[in-house]
Amino acid sequence: MRYGETGFNLEVDLSSGNIERVSTDPKDTELHLGGLGTNAKILWDRVPPEIEPFSPENLLIFSSGLLGGTPVPGANRTIISSISPQTLLMAFSMVGGFWAPELKYAGYDKVIIRGKSPDWVYLWINNDKVEIRDATHLQGKSTYETAEQIKEELKEPRAQVMSIGLAGENRVYFASIETHRGSASRLGLGAIMGSKKLKAIAVRGTKDVRVAKPAELVEACNEILRYIQHRLNNPLPGVPPILARIGSPQEMALHDEEWHTISFAWGHARHRRKGFWNKEVEKMWADALERARKRLISCYNCPVRCAGIIHLPGHPPYIMKCFSKLTYTMAAMVDDLEFGLKIAARAQHYGVDGFTTPQVLAFALELYEAGILTDEDLSGMPEDIEGRFNWLLDRIVRREGIGDVLADGVYWAARKIGKGAEAYDHNTIKKHEQVPIKLGVTNPIYYLMWSTGEKINITQIEGQIPQAPFSTREEREEFVKDWIHIPTGKEEKFKRFILDWGEPGTAFPYYPSIDVACELVDWQEIMHYIDDSLGICAGLSSFPIKPPYHIHNLPFIISYAAGLEMDEDKLWTIASRNRNLVRAINILRGLKKEDERPPDDHWKKRFPEYEAKLLEEYYRFKGWDERGIPTKETLHKLGLDYVREEFIRRGILRDSGESS
Amino acid sequence: MSEKNEKKKRKVKVIKIDVDKCNGCRACEVICSAFHAQPKYGSNNPSRSRIQVHFDPLKNIYLPVYASEYTPAECAGRNKYIMDGKEYIECAFCGASCPSRDLFKEPDSKLPLKCDMCEEEPPLSEPMCVQWCLNDALVYEEREEEVEEEEELKELETGLESLIDKYGRQKVIDTMARMVQKE
Repeated sequence: MRYGETGFNLEVDLSSGNIERVSTDPKDTELHLGGLGTNAKILWDRVPPEIEPFSPENLLIFSSGLLGGTPVPGANRTIISSISPQTLLMAFSMVGGFWAPELKYAGYDKVIIRGKSPDWVYLWINNDKVEIRDATHLQGKSTYETAEQIKEELKEPRAQVMSIGLAGENRVYFASIETHRGSASRLGLGAIMGSKKLKAIAVRGTKDVRVAKPAELVEACNEILRYIQHRLNNPLPGVPPILARIGSPQEMALHDEEWHTISFAWGHARHRRKGFWNKEVEKMWADALERARKRLISCYNCPVRCAGIIHLPGHPPYIMKCFSKLTYTMAAMVDDLEFGLKIAARAQHYGVDGFTTPQVLAFALELYEAGILTDEDLSGMPEDIEGRFNWLLDRIVRREGIGDVLADGVYWAARKIGKGAEAYDHNTIKKHEQVPIKLGVTNPIYYLMWSTGEKINITQIEGQIPQAPFSTREEREEFVKDWIHIPTGKEEKFKRFILDWGEPGTAFPYYPSIDVACELVDWQEIMHYIDDSLGICAGLSSFPIKPPYHIHNLPFIISYAAGLEMDEDKLWTIASRNRNLVRAINILRGLKKEDERPPDDHWKKRFPEYEAKLLEEYYRFKGWDERGIPTKETLHKLGLDYVREEFIRRGILRDSGESS
Repeated sequence: MSEKNEKKKRKVKVIKIDVDKCNGCRACEVICSAFHAQPKYGSNNPSRSRIQVHFDPLKNIYLPVYASEYTPAECAGRNKYIMDGKEYIECAFCGASCPSRDLFKEPDSKLPLKCDMCEEEPPLSEPMCVQWCLNDALVYEEREEEVEEEEELKELETGLESLIDKYGRQKVIDTMARMVQKE
């Protein structure tokens, strides 16, 4: 008997039309849990580095997490994994909503897509009945229209749908996969889906999801809900409002956007506008959001209302959350929030990433101002900034004219355009557009996270700790009092970090010390890897400060739900195994130490030697060699001898005969 | 007045549904189906839930509905309601387990489901769906009411009644008899 998971994957070959229900090995669950962990294992086993992103041999995996569809609050994420057309590395984007639980109820943990369909199709999973259906009539339809039409033609309003829009169809490198509650946006998974001519996957399930220890699990869930209620009622004191809550930053509910608008960079990650936020702007923006927002909503089995239904007259409705509220407005340097809300409606229907897209648009206009892109390149473009953003977006999703170049993202477009355009590629890491934030002095913790995060997005590695020191000693003491989240054995060290931070001599980049910085980064990262294998939303776990889930209660919850014997050490080891496996996939695909660095202007004041030392120490701490490659000892300790053998076979590690 | 129709004081259990507060998370469906599972909480399956959230995000429609009576016949019409500019089909508000749809039926046996306000000994402080609704879209109230006493159909009887409707009385009796003999 399997608990938590169903024990079955659905294997779909779009080239041959073959569909199989395949039982999975419980051993893989013990080693990797599920979600991202088992996705990485499948990609390691079946997608060698010779396979290119758009090759039919590349896999596109839609996975629930191990706890998805159980009563565990917030265990609803779909973890979509493949090889990114943009970074050429492993891509795993995640999305909340209802899709992954529905897949579990249909009797599957994952859908693994391989091959390429000759014509546009969609997949319809209705419990044991699975069909590849014609989607030629859906070609060109928006993400949301596609979902609506599929539900209507199937006469199944309760089906959950993942779909791509024009951008995915046209293989835009930052195309998203959308569902009715969110987007799997990052790293171009929509383009992979488009390359397979798969327009959508609809799923409906009416089976049971079993758990191992029912009474214990429900009590644990009740405890989690009580804590969520407590945190909803009591925002954390001493931090900006946007960081004081749980869930994803509550930007659909809160109107105080001072923190984002003055700390983050506007335009193409260029300008700080420190004096931007005032009462007048707050009123204007609050009015704009209130007019547009119809309701605050949640994902499956989660009380936190992170998302908003946004509907402006003359624009199609869509669902929005978090910082994408601001990305278009800030990139265009427009002072009116309504502009951002309007263009996001179109963008989400096209199915593009709300973080990358605005930066690509701003990048293009920077090149135009610099004379690198000419009137000829942009022939027909309107004069006003709002018109320009919309005009460029329309061309990118259709890959028309200059849009065809920009559709590959800043890194590739800069190289294709040439004429000095490369110099304007100043906010990508590992070829991927980063959150636009350019601050004063190297922050050692963030330096390591930006450099080594292999989801290549800061939001997918950060969390747990405040981003600035508390101003008073009292506030610090108050903060650490109920900071129960710290891993065993590190309580003293991490509390000391908070208590001293803000005293004289605790300035960046030398505070915290390298060893503490390493441990803090490791902790933050490990918590994300745990969530992504369980399918628990980072908004309740690895992302906010003092979240409901932590390293001390997750082992119990896993054992109650899935019946695995689990403790803190074991869980940490599994997450490290998954993390190193992702790295191993990327190393085979050419990831190098040189790729692991934030852009030169990421901070105004840099410390090249100290940063090099930080990275070196962090590699050592992680059990990686000076090139950032996991050592034989590390791989052996994590049960990844097969990775070691492959590294030796490919000459990445030397078979020196030393004992492991 | 016969004794059967005598008015008695009875505690009436009420769940107040504030659709404006519904965040569409369907935690009510999760915990309802888990509570009524065998063994209790041993599994969950929203399609077995006795509360269903009828929802359509793009139209901003969120409507939790409880399973009520089983009925063997469909309604004659399917009226539509328009409220605040949003169109609802009449069935969206209806809790009946009826032949026109799959709602409020066990997915395997198609036997009807009905909300029991989480009948339990000792009694729950409030039904599980209310306990798991942190946004207060579902709020439990109790009030005293004078009612005419009437025997309510128990779950088993409702189930049998639906089987009789489907297969005929004789077939159900024959099947029962055959099963008893096998034991």
